[in-house]
Amino acid sequence: MSTPYAKLPLWADYGLIPLINLAVAFLVAGLVVLLVGESPIEAVQLMLKGAFGSGRGIGYTLYYATNFIFTGLAVAVAFHGGLFNIGGEGQASVAGVGVAIVCLTFDSILPWWITYPLAIVAAAIFGAAWVLIPAWLQAYRGSHIVITTIMFNFIAASLMVYLLVNVFKAPGQMAPESRPFLEGANIPSLEPLLGALGISARRTPLNITFFLALLASFGVWLLIWRTKLGYEIRTMGFSPKAALYAGIGEKRTIIITLLISAALAGLMSLNPIMGAQDRIQLNFVGGAGFVGIAVALMGRSHPIGIIFAAVLFGMLYQGGAEIAFEMPNITREMIVVIMGLVIFFAGALEHMFRPFVQTVFASLRPRSVGLDAKPAGEA
Amino acid sequence: MAEKAIELIGINKSFGAVRANRDIQLSVERGTIHGVIGENGAGKSTLMSILYGFYQADSGEIRIGGKPVSIKTPNEAIAHGIGMVHQHFMLVENFTVLENIILGAEGSALLNSGIARARGELHRLEQEYGLEVDPDAVIEDLAVGLQQRVEILKAFYRGAEILILDEPTGVLTPAEADHLFRILRRLKDEGKTVILITHKLREIMAVTDNVSVMRQGTMVATRKTSETTVEELAELMVGRRVLLHVEKGEARPGEVKLSVRDLTVTDQRKVDVVKNVSFEVRAGEIVGIAGVAGNGQSELIETIAGLRKATRGELTLNGRKVEIIGVRQGDLRDQGLAHVPEDRHHMGLVLQFEEYENAILGYHDDAEFQKGLLMDLDKVRHAASSMIEKYDIRPPNPRLKTANFSGGNQQKIVLAREIEQDPSVLVVGQPTRGVDVGAIEFIHRRLIEMRDAGKAVLLVSVELDEIRSLSDRILVMFDGRIVGERGPDASEGELGLLMAGVVQKEAAE
Repeated sequence: MSTPYAKLPLWADYGLIPLINLAVAFLVAGLVVLLVGESPIEAVQLMLKGAFGSGRGIGYTLYYATNFIFTGLAVAVAFHGGLFNIGGEGQASVAGVGVAIVCLTFDSILPWWITYPLAIVAAAIFGAAWVLIPAWLQAYRGSHIVITTIMFNFIAASLMVYLLVNVFKAPGQMAPESRPFLEGANIPSLEPLLGALGISARRTPLNITFFLALLASFGVWLLIWRTKLGYEIRTMGFSPKAALYAGIGEKRTIIITLLISAALAGLMSLNPIMGAQDRIQLNFVGGAGFVGIAVALMGRSHPIGIIFAAVLFGMLYQGGAEIAFEMPNITREMIVVIMGLVIFFAGALEHMFRPFVQTVFASLRPRSVGLDAKPAGEA
Repeated sequence: MAEKAIELIGINKSFGAVRANRDIQLSVERGTIHGVIGENGAGKSTLMSILYGFYQADSGEIRIGGKPVSIKTPNEAIAHGIGMVHQHFMLVENFTVLENIILGAEGSALLNSGIARARGELHRLEQEYGLEVDPDAVIEDLAVGLQQRVEILKAFYRGAEILILDEPTGVLTPAEADHLFRILRRLKDEGKTVILITHKLREIMAVTDNVSVMRQGTMVATRKTSETTVEELAELMVGRRVLLHVEKGEARPGEVKLSVRDLTVTDQRKVDVVKNVSFEVRAGEIVGIAGVAGNGQSELIETIAGLRKATRGELTLNGRKVEIIGVRQGDLRDQGLAHVPEDRHHMGLVLQFEEYENAILGYHDDAEFQKGLLMDLDKVRHAASSMIEKYDIRPPNPRLKTANFSGGNQQKIVLAREIEQDPSVLVVGQPTRGVDVGAIEFIHRRLIEMRDAGKAVLLVSVELDEIRSLSDRILVMFDGRIVGERGPDASEGELGLLMAGVVQKEAAE
């Protein structure tokens, strides 16, 4: 007897189910808002207005989305290989060190369009380097990557404090941050572009790294579905025994997959460091590494889905700040609760409504789920 | 004798659009052994799951002893005296027999009284039905046949009057299967009712009183076993005439293509699972390795296929010595060795892949499928489509998820991929396990064609019938050794004795 539920059409798989999950998440979040004595309708209005109602709002939403695209892609690539890289936070922070070194070294001698590519390479290399030990341990010793990357997040956090206080901090300063970068590390903002579209986005941190994120999304799509390496990664992710059978070197593939994953997480650091703060600060990652897990889950590990999910979380970040500002009863922590609900329904309960939707589809339109009227395909 | 133990009337069950059971009628007389046969996916398991309360029918009636009942959970089934022995045992491996038997029927919060009662009851059951087993043995130490006996005891401990056995002989030696059949007959004599689900026609003929045949979710016929034949049953199952015996000409063995010398393989537990095995396979012959599952055959072919490291020994392929201590799979493929693995679900295929992606598994490295940095997917799909056509893989859709193909068609995908590479040596494990009768015929014909095309074929199967009808020479493995070689005309009894390790001391040449 084969599986009772058949495959859904793509649009339902990638569109309808996430939407249902999201709707339920907002419904429950609405109840929470009601509970603290505010109007959920008003909250939604505030959030949408905050996130999309002004050029500045859009700029910030997309700025946050840029971070989440990178970390989401990082989680997704590892996911395809059956690996759960939850060290994006640490990998991004260490990558920031690489970016800072490049910027601080070259910002007075090179123009931005040379510094930026160098910084991209540095971010990728430093990010990847931070997963090298966990990857090696997973491949050769079977130490679980979840455990090791969590530990490496903690190590990275401590390392960052040390480096910022003892190495990067400019003399005579109190804050744990480097000196501001000079001209040669200032990458173009997207203000003029948005302006040309008739959107006034003054003083937003949105910058060209946004396009790098879209480019990376396309690159990940190519890698996973169009290259031999991607084929090998997916084979390993679905069935390690099949990978062995197919002559795919497991150790090598584990390490390469994780290096790519961590390099993508590392690229995230370009956005805040070069695009927004023009210096390296403590905690510049700000939880984006963890949000990436939710983004990848919600985006079903597909770059298109990840872009949409990243924008959604960008909206929650930006619009949430707006709600917290406008509604006295809703604190920042409450926004975190709402995001948690979204993660809960979109990620952890991803399969809750699936059987129901599948049954509805199967009985309404059998053909749409690839079924004939009679049991398919006996030879 | 005409009293009915179970009657199923007009049972319907659909999963979405798939109608797994359609208007099923079945009536089982008390004190008989009733066989239910059908191909994989015919709806046997669904029907029995309805009877045992795992699923509920969409419509229809179940009567037990003439009275309509409703069975919503396995507990209710048990309360109505129905016991079930699953194909995959539901035992806690590191519990003792006794602990497993009382599991879920402990009686009280403290185990002592329950265990004491169970011990007495177990003793009585052993006496009554000939179901001897050491109550204090740990399950994982028991042979498979004994584990199955524990499952049967579990059912009777819960007061079963009607016993359902789902494919019970798949894991047994012929001798163990015979023993099981003796037990079933004894149960019948004691007035119990047995329902035997299987796809093996021989078992039906050997042990049942009545037999019902299912095809594509419907019950197509019920016969008295004494009044039917294997041929008739096969035809009812498949819906057309099937060739049960493979037609093949004389083998014309040529030069040695694959030679294994003094091969020893040690597993993770540091146990030698293959011991000093030597044999040769020549071009144009099929060498079959018979044996009860778990006697080293799997490890042997995995080692030959380069998936395991050998501890000692030599392997020669096409006259060239092959490194067998840490070899790379791809290298062996390049040297003309193709492998249809035993475990097609986890090894031979990636079930989540679309069909065309599986058509190149293991050959995805080939230059012909690359276009610069990317893969040439058009070419891959084209290759997949031509295999689909040539091997009549259904449905003929290379974009369909592999899990959605039936077992027989999945096996054809693997076979097509490996044969189309035109290997000189083909190593095949369990080619027809979980494959429907129609596809079995097709697969057997392909293997004979390979042989006739001058390829060396090494076949491992736990189906003795398959080994006997395909092989030109039969090697029997027991406890990691080859304990004998026989011709294809060796009797089943003779092979069975070798497989059971009874004839131990024989020159393994």
